[in-house]
Amino acid sequence: MSLLRVLNLQTHFDTEQGVVRAVDGVTFDVAEGEILGLVGESGSGKSVTALSIMRLVQGRIRADEITFDGMDLLRLDEAAVREIRGAKIGMIFQDPMRSLNPVLTIGRQLTEVLRRHQKMDGAAARRRAVELLDMVGLAMPEKRLSAYPHQLSGGMRQRVMIAIALSCHPKLLIADEATTALDVTIQAQIVELVKQLARDLGTAVIWISHDLGLVAGMCDRVNVMYAGRIVETGSVDELFYRPSHGYTLGLIGSSPRVDGEGGDRLVSIEGMPPDMIEPITLCPFLPRCRVTVADCQRTMPPSRHLGGGHYASCVADLTSHWSGDRA
Amino acid sequence: MSVNTPELAVLDERPERGHALRVAARQFVRNRAAVAGLACLVLICAVTALAPVLAPYDPVKIHLASKLQPPSLLHWFGTDHFGRDVLSRVIYGGRVSLLVGLLVTAFTFVVGVPLGLASGFLGGRIDNIFMRLVDAFLTFPPLLLAVAIVGLLGADVQNVMLALGMVQAPILARLVRGSALSAREEVHVLAARALGAGPFRIAFSNVLRNILSPIIVQLTIVFAAAVVTEAALSFLGLGTQPPQPSWGRDISDARRFLADAPWMFLVPSTAIILCALSLHFMADGLRDWMDPRSRRR
Repeated sequence: MSLLRVLNLQTHFDTEQGVVRAVDGVTFDVAEGEILGLVGESGSGKSVTALSIMRLVQGRIRADEITFDGMDLLRLDEAAVREIRGAKIGMIFQDPMRSLNPVLTIGRQLTEVLRRHQKMDGAAARRRAVELLDMVGLAMPEKRLSAYPHQLSGGMRQRVMIAIALSCHPKLLIADEATTALDVTIQAQIVELVKQLARDLGTAVIWISHDLGLVAGMCDRVNVMYAGRIVETGSVDELFYRPSHGYTLGLIGSSPRVDGEGGDRLVSIEGMPPDMIEPITLCPFLPRCRVTVADCQRTMPPSRHLGGGHYASCVADLTSHWSGDRA
Repeated sequence: MSVNTPELAVLDERPERGHALRVAARQFVRNRAAVAGLACLVLICAVTALAPVLAPYDPVKIHLASKLQPPSLLHWFGTDHFGRDVLSRVIYGGRVSLLVGLLVTAFTFVVGVPLGLASGFLGGRIDNIFMRLVDAFLTFPPLLLAVAIVGLLGADVQNVMLALGMVQAPILARLVRGSALSAREEVHVLAARALGAGPFRIAFSNVLRNILSPIIVQLTIVFAAAVVTEAALSFLGLGTQPPQPSWGRDISDARRFLADAPWMFLVPSTAIILCALSLHFMADGLRDWMDPRSRRR
């Protein structure tokens, strides 16, 4: 049984210009202990998907089903959802510089969560806080407790955020662009840390990123999002060696490769993502796609099963684009 | 400077939690102007509190034989047109002024902060109702509004305080609302919600605690404004009634003797200026000190 099941999630925002369909029919599962990647460009609905699961967006959230650990998240009242947030689902954000409360010490912010969710007393929470800071690799954890966020570097703050997010042994950790604001060496450390902690604690992770390379090195499975929907899903190998959606192909083509394969120039994806207010009837990626076929102009492409856990909503045959060494 | 140096320096300075308060106190003391302001205020409060002991004369007893005397050893700050000792009147008058300042500030805080916080934090209809009310109050010039309220309720010190509070509370509420509006959009608010924090915790620890600086600054302005406006209202004959002393009242009386007895005017004015100035200095230090990011090491 999967830990999290999201079925046909739709998150809409009412604006002056009309209804923005930020997330439009997203379906996916997360198994216990699995690391799932969610990739796509800005505005593709990755973050809104995550926040909708946590019920943290102001928009209208509808879904046929959002079950987490046997609980129907859409039916719970606000107080019950609060019991889940931070305790059963942890979340870390893009900007570690701003996601800690600047006027409270690190220790206060850590122990507050422990006292709230684990009903620990002050001393126990303090002891646990030291353990947690040690666990995320902060030197001198006892002394860090009395530090304020501005006294720590970005990487250290993200470690603190991870410590807080994992403090109550959540079954699921949502990392929303958790390394985007950090420099590359720190990025690698944080990725390793999350990977290792997830493995050690058996925590499932939804890793949201626009960085394909990062996702490839980290995740078991990847969902590619575009215009508020998942256009392709599969294992890392399936996706990278046999991309089967025009958008995935474009994403891979626009990412640099460390192995310097071929020395090709990077290819950008021309154009802009679609207006999310207009109803979308054809493939949303069509105007920007480089591999269109005649069928693209007729109907919305259905999700095709390509073997294993590999699905793509694309009618074009991309076999010829698979580079030999990758297949 | 490398990122690590300041961290380590600070951490070494306060290895344990119990030290936090002492460190904070030390940091406050480093701001000389703030300390001077605080000392001055304490002195003013002490002197007015001990008025019956310190004042050399009865502040209301008329002694026409010695009227309008310039400062001398007998009357350090001279006498007024009724022969009353100016020093004694200033000391006693401080009681009214400081009490008005204190109570008006307290009223403004108690009314303005919850109103503004609820408005900015909850938004929607509550925000609309509160802010239209505030708008209604803010359309009147503050002094005129105070005059109108006092005129309506009768001229005495309590009504002056109420009037001043009603003038100042909407201003603070508007300020708190604005700050809260921007503070609630911070990422750490979302992060706190993602950790299961309820609305009250967020309103206090993520929003209110982060906007304390402008509130404190505004409150000191309120205090100073209250002292000055009480003076103005008493000057107009709407506040403290004769023969009771008050700084504003006495300045009002002094205006007819500006040329003959300038001390009558200068002494209470200096008291008001001193009071307002030390408050501002103290507030400045307090604001810096409340914000961990601007604390000097």
